Amino acid sequence: MTTTTPVMAPVPPDERRLTRTERRAVAAKNKLSSPAASIIALVIAALWTVPTLGLLITSFRPELDIRRSGWWTALSDPQFTLDNYNEVLYGGATNFATLFVNSLVITLPAVVIPISLALLAAYAFAWIKFPGRNLLFVAVFALQVVPIQVTLIPLLSLYVDAGLAGSFWTIWLSHSIFALPLAIFLLHNFMKEIPASLIEAARMDGAGHVKIFFQVLLPLLTPAIAAFGVFQFLWVWNDLLVALTFAGGAPDVVPLTVRVAELAGTRGSDWYLLAAGAFVSIVLPLVVFLSLQRYFVRGLLAGSVKG
Amino acid sequence: MQWFLEATTTGHKIALMVFAILLFAAVMAAILFAVDRPKRVPNWIVAVGFVGPTLLLLAVGLVYPALETVRGSFYNRDGSSFVGLDNYVTVFSEDNFQTVLFNTLLWVVLVPLVTTGLGLVYAYLVDRTRFEKLAKALVFLPMAISMVGAGVIWKFVYEYRPDQPGVRQIGLLNQVLVLLGFEPQQFLLNAPSNSFYLIVVMIWIQAGFAMTVLSAAIKAIPDDVVEAARLDGVGGLQMFRYVTVPSIRPALVVVVTTVAITTLKVFDIVRTMTGGQFSTSVVANEFYVQAFRQFNFGLGAALAVLLFLLVIPIIAYNVRQLRLAEELR
Repeated sequence: MTTTTPVMAPVPPDERRLTRTERRAVAAKNKLSSPAASIIALVIAALWTVPTLGLLITSFRPELDIRRSGWWTALSDPQFTLDNYNEVLYGGATNFATLFVNSLVITLPAVVIPISLALLAAYAFAWIKFPGRNLLFVAVFALQVVPIQVTLIPLLSLYVDAGLAGSFWTIWLSHSIFALPLAIFLLHNFMKEIPASLIEAARMDGAGHVKIFFQVLLPLLTPAIAAFGVFQFLWVWNDLLVALTFAGGAPDVVPLTVRVAELAGTRGSDWYLLAAGAFVSIVLPLVVFLSLQRYFVRGLLAGSVKG
Repeated sequence: MQWFLEATTTGHKIALMVFAILLFAAVMAAILFAVDRPKRVPNWIVAVGFVGPTLLLLAVGLVYPALETVRGSFYNRDGSSFVGLDNYVTVFSEDNFQTVLFNTLLWVVLVPLVTTGLGLVYAYLVDRTRFEKLAKALVFLPMAISMVGAGVIWKFVYEYRPDQPGVRQIGLLNQVLVLLGFEPQQFLLNAPSNSFYLIVVMIWIQAGFAMTVLSAAIKAIPDDVVEAARLDGVGGLQMFRYVTVPSIRPALVVVVTTVAITTLKVFDIVRTMTGGQFSTSVVANEFYVQAFRQFNFGLGAALAVLLFLLVIPIIAYNVRQLRLAEELR
């Protein structure tokens, strides 16, 4: 996911919601009371849940059982174990515990750095008047269309020349750079929503841009930062292409996704490893996503989407 | 120096991570401090402090590499001699690349259309029902799962066991086939249908996005429009066809184009599930194979540029539609 397009979906104004809910509740009832409609909705919901559930159950079944029978047999004859997770996390061949650390070490700076940079840049584009501002902003906005594939080969040779190849720095730098155009665009939109009078007032009090940025704007932007933060977290944690390109050969740096993809290729029939490994890589983004879903949806609707 | 480049233990890695964040914070603080100190600095100097680091990173990490890739696409595999359009000719004429192009076309047509269709129907069906929140969360969840994870989840659904007495299927789909009295299939091995089974995974991931955006759009349809249609005796399917769909047209365009662009660049699913074998490769995957496995940089660059060129018309269409929508208002 790297380029972007604006999503202009209108969000319903909150204050009108109550009366509408009442008025349309009747209509909704009619809609789902038609059996065909309920069946379609149910089938879709099942198709979107059962595959994940199947692999989750599998990841807790003993190795032999996984090979002998489908996961659905565990529903009538439950036999569960933590051996697979033990093997995947601490076993010599896989050692996902280390990879989990790698993913974490990659992700935190790759979220913090681009958000900070983008906040500063977005502030300048929104509230500092300087020559060429609009042109520059459009140029940065337009950079969103560049697929990251287009940058990878020259970027890799730049890193090799700089002696950084195979270190965390290459991944931190790359993710930060790739995130900037979208982050600036999104945060700029949020910043523009803040009333100009607020900033004028601060300026009257003699505050400089740096002070206004930290004391007036940042506190108001927390929801926007959270929205993009969740976004960027999921993007970096789940990324395969950047990590594979810049750290594919460095076992001390590779994140979970790279190893899971590798396992799927080399030990594609060892489902006790693959199932547990996949869930080790899925669990943190899932928790983050579920607890911060509100912000994520807001970010999705307000500005744009990484593509 | 070595300490900063090679971290092998967990403690070391975390220390390095903290160091990186602190270094970044210190540099930024120094820049901001410098532009803030003198009382009457011109605006543009302050602006340089705020935007400068970003512009520098974008120039070095995005603009320069992109131009360099365009240049590289006209050179041979190690960039030593100019070959003109040869790489592009190869992409468009050789048999296996034609399969790749055809697959990409299949993905970029099917995924956006089916995803948007499913997302729309589902958003409409669960809108304002008692289970709306739960129903949406279920479809939304795959968005948090990496494409690698989703690839593994679906590879397991497609898992095949030979059709012999005593051997039981462990993949859900083949079990269903067997229960219905059919023979189990090697879903991921048999071209051309295997591409469709990979496409399913992408649809599964993206439907949540389509549903969320379209659901918000449906909720924003003015009440009086719905009310007026109902008074005219419009209901059920007709309401969907003549009121809901036309009202959210701009959102539909945005969803279709966004999903199309995401789809063009997908490589994780193909790489995880088939590795691009069995005639399932797409441009984004072939780029990786050529550039970083075959070390044919010229051809890899040409594929990357092709990807870029394919994205542009979709975005142009999107921007045009948004303009039209705004004029109508």
